[in-house]
This record gives sequence, C-alpha cells and structure tokens, in this order.
Amino acid sequence: MTTATSPSTSATATAWPHRHLIDVDVVTWPEIELIMRTAEEMKGILARPIRKVPALNGRRVTTLFYEASTRTRVSFETAARNLSADVVSISTATSSVTKGESLVDTVRTLEALGAEILVMRHGVSGAPYLAAEVFGGHVLNGGDGWHAHPTQALLDLYTMREHLPGGSLRGRKVAIVGDILHSRVARSNIWTLTAAGADLWLCGPATLLRGMDRWAAAWSGGAIPGHGRFNVTSDIEAALRDADVVMGLRIQRERMQGGLLPSLREYAARFQLNAERISLARPEAIVMHPGPMNEGVEISPDVAVSGRSVITDQVANGVAVRMALLYLLAGAHEAAPGEVVR
Amino acid sequence: MTDRQIMTGDEIRRAIVRISHEIVEKQAGTQGLVLIGIQRRGVPLAKRIADAIEEHEGVRVPVGALDITFYRDDLSLIAQQPVVKGTDLPFDMNGATVVLVDDVLYTGRTIRCAMDAMIDFGRPRAIRLAVLIDRGHRELPIRADHVGKNVPTSREEIVRVHVAEIDGDDEVTIGRLVPAPEADAAADR
Repeated sequence: MTTATSPSTSATATAWPHRHLIDVDVVTWPEIELIMRTAEEMKGILARPIRKVPALNGRRVTTLFYEASTRTRVSFETAARNLSADVVSISTATSSVTKGESLVDTVRTLEALGAEILVMRHGVSGAPYLAAEVFGGHVLNGGDGWHAHPTQALLDLYTMREHLPGGSLRGRKVAIVGDILHSRVARSNIWTLTAAGADLWLCGPATLLRGMDRWAAAWSGGAIPGHGRFNVTSDIEAALRDADVVMGLRIQRERMQGGLLPSLREYAARFQLNAERISLARPEAIVMHPGPMNEGVEISPDVAVSGRSVITDQVANGVAVRMALLYLLAGAHEAAPGEVVR
Repeated sequence: MTDRQIMTGDEIRRAIVRISHEIVEKQAGTQGLVLIGIQRRGVPLAKRIADAIEEHEGVRVPVGALDITFYRDDLSLIAQQPVVKGTDLPFDMNGATVVLVDDVLYTGRTIRCAMDAMIDFGRPRAIRLAVLIDRGHRELPIRADHVGKNVPTSREEIVRVHVAEIDGDDEVTIGRLVPAPEADAAADR
C-alpha cells in the first residue's frame, strides 16, 4: 500500500494529513478514497429535508476569486454553508486589489479579519503556494492558472465512479478532448485518473497539446510511483473509440495567444464532440464537461443535454466533494511551523 | 494493562432480551416503533434488539443507523477529523417512537449529538434511549430509559464493549485508560 497502483484493494486512509489542498499531486490513493467516502456521506446530507449539518459551525471560510467564476464559487459557498460555516466572499474586481494591493497583503488582511479556510482562484499558476506561505489557516485551491484545479478533478472522479459499473476506473478508457494546453482541469485529472488506473487519452490539436507528450513519456517508464502511462493524440477517432468516459474541455479563448487555432470553426469541424463522434464510444459511455461550455464549439448542444451527459451530476457532486474537502481540511491541525507547504 | 471482564456474551444476550421486552412493554406494542443504532457498536446492538422483538412479538421493527460525526461539539478541538461511518434511516421519522441504541452511556454528549441529528430528519413523537452500559459521569441532563448494566467507574477507566459483528466476540471489559488508547477506541470515544 505504499503506492496507488492498486486502488481496488488499497485501504481508505483513516486520517487527513494535509493542511492545504493546492493540487492532487501530493494526495495518496488511500487519501483519495477517504475523500470519496466522505463525499458519499455529504451527498447523503444533500438528499435530506434539511441540507445542513453543524460540522463547521462558527468556522470562517473566505472565498477569494481573482478570476471570473459562477459554478466553482457558488459550489464552494454552498458547501461551506451546508456545513454551517460562516462565509465571506471576496471578488477582486470590487476589492482593494484594484488599488494595487498585493496577493500577500490581501491574504494577511483576510487572516487578520478572521479567515480560517481560504478558497482561492488565481490566474497565475502557483499563486496558492505563495498564499499558503503567509496564511496561518488552510488554503484550498479553486483553480490557479494552467496549473491545477484539484476539486474539479476529485468531483470528476467521484462522478465517473458513480456512473461506471463496479465503481472503479481500473482499465476504463477516459478521453479528455479539447484545450489541454491551457487546462488546469486536465492537469489535475492526469494525476487522479492515472492513480485510479484509468486508460487515459488526451486529445486535441497539436498546438493545444504542447508539452503533454513529454509528460506522458516521462511517466510511461513508471517515474512516479502510483501513476501510470497515458496517451496523447490528435486523432479524435482513436481517442474516442470504445471510450467509457468522454470529457470535453472549454476552448479558453481568453488564454488563447494568436496562432494556436486557425479558427473556432475549424476546431469544431475537427474536434467537436457531436453525436456522430460520440457514437464511436461505448454505447453506455458518459459525457462530461467541467463547464462553462461553449456549445457549438467543443461540444454540440444535443450531446450536452443527451441521456449520456452527466454534466449536471458533476455540478451537484461538486458540492458534496467540496463539503468533504472543507470538512477534512478543517480538521488538519497538525501543521508544524515551517512545514513544507506542499 | 489488565482488563477485567464485566459482562460475558451470555449476560449481554440476556440484557438485550430484557431490554427488548421493556421497550415493547413501554410502547404497549410495536406500533410506530423504530430503532436507531449509533455508529458503530450501537448499530449491531439495535439489530439484535430488533431480532429479539421479532422473536417474541412476531413483528420486524425498522432499524436505522446514525452517524453523529457532523454533530459533535468537539470537532474544532480534536486533532483529526473522525472518519464518517454512514447514516441510513430507511423510514419516516415523523410521528415515530424512536429508541436510540448505543453501547456505552458516559458524558451524554454523543446522545445530545444524536438527538440533534435525528431532528434534522423529522419530528419523532418520542425519543427513548437504550444502552448496554451506563458508566455514569454525565455532563449533560440525559438519562437512559433502558440499561443493560449500570457500572460505577472512574474517569481514569475505559469501558470496552465488544460485539461479534465488529470485534469477533461478545464481552464487556473495563480497564485503565492508557496514554495512547488504540486508535479505533479513541475514534469511537
């Protein structure tokens, strides 16, 4: 049980050791099982007449979002309220950040105002590590630049396990299609899905896969214990054929520098998840998307709302998974001074 | 560390049969009666009480399981979050007479949590409490309606209930609290 290579047999962790959650790269498979099990309980709470428990009564959760978001922010805030935490919500567009306050000063100010758990989203990869260095409480990453989106990867894993017979990803083919290059969702999913033993395929235009083949090659020799090889391809048919899970990613126009794509129309013509392409996957395959969707670009509207689509399940499960993470992080008191943040 | 046995398997069985009779007598039947075991060892005990009731009344009383973790009043004080063990209440709580079942009644805080948790599911007509062991030292105004055995203890002692479903054998022991109690007993407090 030293590695995550056998998820079906490895045990659930009995304690959560991480003070912060900035990416899933430091989370072991037994700890992922603990998150999944705790999320299952949280989902039970969401089915009750009163969707609220007092587990984090009086604890203070602050959301600090430097990038636009609806579902992630609302999901975190709903999760925190369902646990009876007090929620403070800061949108940088209306804060002193517009007056030039630095991230470090903002974090110190929020701590002085009583924040205990800081949920943050930032456009710069690695920004949460900086915040964690100066913040006395817990940092929970809600997405940083191209780097990581751990809660999304965990809710994706939860949703896949919920829909796959046997509840295991082992040997299941998962195709992630779209703008891999700019995607923190894809990067975090690479960690969790390879740990889960999935047959992972990343697919998109070559310009939007840059660097991924090097990553895949580095892991193919078993360089990282518990994480296996994955495939990188621009052949959409090879990626989708017999897939159990198909995940579309948003074409991130705001991060797109010139020249990566000839046009959105050409992207749609070659890579859009439409009914014809989805028919290459297994008949019972599920279709996922982390949102927000550009319907008609990376996914066709009929596929997004088809019977295979579990996109709204992802949103609902996101609340349960974030409740689980808030609960687990709030109990990690063991952080010694000078502890390595990761 | 010398643990002393204070109940044998047979004594546990007899206590459960007696409690099952007391519950039915107090309710004047089984109408509207449900049993809820508190995770973990209250759950098998509740099932055994339901088995005993079925044996002498011929009626299967619904049994649920309640996890009180999210309702604990010490979550911000303990070092690590306890692992959640699952709540399953497959019946309507509204109007029911609920008998809460737990292994050991001590400070009463677990029962306070359990009552808070149950009320989030509905409004029972009445809540009663059945425990295998009452060891005293209450910190809240809570008492048990049905008790298997009253055991005077000191706070330096620990009462361990073993049930075959979880521990492989049936017995109750009492011993001195050791500085580092086994993790499982600590998690169950």
